[in-house]
Amino acid sequence: MIQISDLEKSFTLHNQGGAVIPVMAGANLSVAPGECVALIGASGAGKSTLMRMIYGNYLSQGGSILIDGVDVARAEPREILQLRRETLGYVSQFLRVVPRVPTVEVVAEPLFNVGHDRDAALAHARGLLARLNIPERLWSLSPTTFSGGEQQRVNIARGFAYDYPAMLLDEPTASLDATNREVVLRLIEEAKARGAAIIGIFHDEAARNRVCDREIDVTSFTPRAA
Amino acid sequence: MTPLLKVRDVAKYYGGRIGCTDVAFDLYPGEVMGIVGESGSGKSTLLNCLAGHLDPDSGEVLFDTRTEGLKDTVTMSEPERRMLSRTDWAFVHQNARDGLRMGVSAGGNVGERLMAVGARHYGDIRSQAIDWLGRVEIDEDRVDDRPSAFSGGMQQRLQIARNLVTGPRLVFMDEPTGGLDVSVQARLLDLLRGLVRQMGLSAIIVTHDLAVVRLLADRLMVMKSGRVVETGLTDQVLDDPQHAYTQLLVSSVLQV
Repeated sequence: MIQISDLEKSFTLHNQGGAVIPVMAGANLSVAPGECVALIGASGAGKSTLMRMIYGNYLSQGGSILIDGVDVARAEPREILQLRRETLGYVSQFLRVVPRVPTVEVVAEPLFNVGHDRDAALAHARGLLARLNIPERLWSLSPTTFSGGEQQRVNIARGFAYDYPAMLLDEPTASLDATNREVVLRLIEEAKARGAAIIGIFHDEAARNRVCDREIDVTSFTPRAA
Repeated sequence: MTPLLKVRDVAKYYGGRIGCTDVAFDLYPGEVMGIVGESGSGKSTLLNCLAGHLDPDSGEVLFDTRTEGLKDTVTMSEPERRMLSRTDWAFVHQNARDGLRMGVSAGGNVGERLMAVGARHYGDIRSQAIDWLGRVEIDEDRVDDRPSAFSGGMQQRLQIARNLVTGPRLVFMDEPTGGLDVSVQARLLDLLRGLVRQMGLSAIIVTHDLAVVRLLADRLMVMKSGRVVETGLTDQVLDDPQHAYTQLLVSSVLQV
């Protein structure tokens, strides 16, 4: 499902003397449907960078990232947007809130984007919000003013609203209480069971051991200092 | 899929000075493209060349017309271009006064565009105008007021209603939120975002506000000194800018 070969990344800081910082070289990774792979490595090793490259947020300097036949490293913006709508989901650590949109619509939006019936999508969103223990009186409000933990759960509900064949999870269980952590782990297990290919960053070791089939240490992708 | 707009090597010079040059891109149906850059970078010149307000010195601007497919709007006849700008195109000016008729009522401003494409039944025109005022959150009881009695934010929303009432396929926007205070901006942006998604519009938005493009645009074009220096997916250009100027632009935004 996800096939990464010889991936390279460097940052060029034009406004700081043109410094070139190589951060990744020769990254190889493949994930099969129904498999969950954890990225590990110390802070700054490049876990988030790799996730952003897979999602098309960061450009790659070399190599390829094949997801369902689309090479994200070379695709046109509209191909990446289509991939993000239909194939590749991303649960980031922070919710990017659009002012004035009610929570239930924020969660249902990925379903609207693929043309699901509006009422069915909203019903599905309500179900997820209830599962993640967001009080019903908050559903019609914008999540702008919610607490950090609530925003994160809204973000997770949104990420799991549509059944993406491939998913990227950036610390999905961070800062959640035991009950909600359990709900999120169940959601991940259900996604695996329906055949989703998942790449995740989990600092929570117990969670990682429970849902992940393999670990990849991204330190091995770090280029040696010249 | 046929692009809705195909732009090839468009250039515009003001005497010896470059307005914009070497601009080429394809815009597909449903895509929203942002054009960012500092003032004087040629973004408004480019927008005006694309919308037929300025004659480019060279290049082609091909639009996918309903009857004849891709057709160069630079060389098409004036009546034909005017018809396009009344039906398939819309232009939202930075200053609402440039896009409204200040001496005509709000309803009249919206209705005028309907009449320009052949609507004649007064009752229908009025009810459509009221429907659109509602969509841009202007109360029905303001339908007979003149825009000069409206606040800046309301004028801008009225201009949007006037432009979208005929169901255009391509909307040009020149700093649509410029000069409005932030709370009005947020409301307008949310409104625009909803309308663009619901109606499946394609749009080209010129702005210097990176937060606006992050919210509205799928892809981005960065201009400097009349040239395009970087293009790509909006979040990619903003999160991992490649060109020196884009890096400067992104790092210069003040954090709130």
